[in-house]
Amino acid sequence: MINESRRGFMGKAFGAVAAVGAVGSLVAMKKTWDPLPSVMAAGFTTVDMSALEENKLQVVKWQGKPIFLIKFAADMQAVDKRSVKVGEHYYSVMIGLCTHLGCIPAYSSANKQFKCACHGGEFDAAGVNTFGPPPRPLDIPPFAIKDENTIVLGESGPEYEALIASLATDNNIA
Amino acid sequence: MAEFEKANSVGEWFDQRLNVKGFWRVMMTEYWIPKNINFLWAMGALLAMLFTLLLVTGIFLLMYYKPDVNMAFDSVNYTIMQEVAYGWIFRNIHGVGASVVFLVIYIHMFTGIYYGSYKKGREMIWLSGMLLFVLFSAEGFSGYMLPWGQMSYWAAYVITEIFGGIPFIGDELVIWIRGNFYVADATLTRFFMLHVLLIPLAILGAIVFHFYTLRFPHVNNEEGEFFDYKEESEKYLAGDKKESKVIAFWPDFLSKDFMVISIFMIFFFYLVFYHNSFAMDPVNFDKADGLKTPAHIYPEWYFLWSYEVLRGFFFDMFGISGKSLGLIAFGFAQAIFFVLPWLDRSPMVKPASQRPVFKYWFWLMMADLFVLTIFGKLPPTGVNAWVGFYSSITFIVLFLALPFLTKIEAKMAGGK
Repeated sequence: MINESRRGFMGKAFGAVAAVGAVGSLVAMKKTWDPLPSVMAAGFTTVDMSALEENKLQVVKWQGKPIFLIKFAADMQAVDKRSVKVGEHYYSVMIGLCTHLGCIPAYSSANKQFKCACHGGEFDAAGVNTFGPPPRPLDIPPFAIKDENTIVLGESGPEYEALIASLATDNNIA
Repeated sequence: MAEFEKANSVGEWFDQRLNVKGFWRVMMTEYWIPKNINFLWAMGALLAMLFTLLLVTGIFLLMYYKPDVNMAFDSVNYTIMQEVAYGWIFRNIHGVGASVVFLVIYIHMFTGIYYGSYKKGREMIWLSGMLLFVLFSAEGFSGYMLPWGQMSYWAAYVITEIFGGIPFIGDELVIWIRGNFYVADATLTRFFMLHVLLIPLAILGAIVFHFYTLRFPHVNNEEGEFFDYKEESEKYLAGDKKESKVIAFWPDFLSKDFMVISIFMIFFFYLVFYHNSFAMDPVNFDKADGLKTPAHIYPEWYFLWSYEVLRGFFFDMFGISGKSLGLIAFGFAQAIFFVLPWLDRSPMVKPASQRPVFKYWFWLMMADLFVLTIFGKLPPTGVNAWVGFYSSITFIVLFLALPFLTKIEAKMAGGK
């Protein structure tokens, strides 16, 4: 009887130690798989908008994705709820992946439109789908306007939040 | 300590210490296999052979492969393929072997389904086999990433993206799996670890377990016949091999397996030397580029059927997005084969040809998987998309109908 209870105690003690060890190990293993701090820091890209030329596509890389930036020329119409005003000018800020199957469309300054080589989808300079299989306009990445020349991709500023909120209400009505 | 007499030979010395003779008897000469089988029963030994081949060639490839986004592509396509003496043959065997191993796995699986080898005490054989299928799939997927070509990259991208469809945690989960916001160096290195260590270890364990599950229910036979193994093995041991319904694993059964393996290996090395291009997608000879999507992304042939089920739902239904429906259907397709022993409600253990209802189900399912595989490779546009949709629906309906169909079959058999 005494032996039995001692063995029972040893069993429980081992169980407790093993459980703590198992939880600790799982936490450590999960954290090892987490993206590294340097990777998380690279989740933001700062862009100097003053370097952009009118009606010319500029591609920057953000989180491994191509981001399309276009500065609107005087003859180009800004599109409500899509175009971003930074300082005095309107810009397109979009994820450069076709909303059909993720190919990267090419921009023609002469026609002021994007054409996707994969399945023939077309978008205007503001990223609105105008022809072919793409189901929706090009997506807009989170951004924050810092000053009249600078935006940060990956951070959601009030302008971005407003834009997303207005798109969401549109979708609910539709 | 036990008493040990002086050994008269090296064999006896080992036998005293390891009971070699007893072990050999239990595992080999007195492990009983039914006599009433055909060449399809050799697929297991063939798979063990192919796995060994993959393991050995993998070890040699590991000597020169570099799991780094800047070096991986060249380490495979330049160093291994061109510089290392016979490097190309290890790569070709590994690549062709990975493809052919799935062909044999599918034959092995569908043999089991055709003969009802998952029923009446053989459920654990089926479950451990399905576990091996999942592990091999993970091994194939992680290995395909390593050459770091365009198809490696985009297959990894698309497949990891699938986890993004899981509610609430999806987006974070994708980043967690990749170790980055996109498929990057961290992704390559961790999938390299999985491919060369963790998954192979799990596969080795699962193979041992799969063998063990066969021990008590025994291998099924061509007629699904149940008989007394003790009685039959006694006949065999008494010398009445002709009357006995069983043969020994070694030398009877394995010697025939070796014959099948020999014929298969001639075919296999013919593929390795002269027709290896089916396992070497030309798109994958362009280096991975995260900013340039190939026009069509498709997996290797053995994943096409489930890929097509994923793509099949390309429009919203019942207020659920097409993407989510595809994901649900994909999950269904992965999981449903596991529960096959419980979906089949008919107690009949017979080849499909002798089962009045199941035979239609079996061949319909085979035809549907064939259609899914063909259309999984084609671009999902126009008519193709609809073929994909209806064949995906057919797949799901077939499995949902199976319990009812086999129940009917059980009644028909009961009435006779």
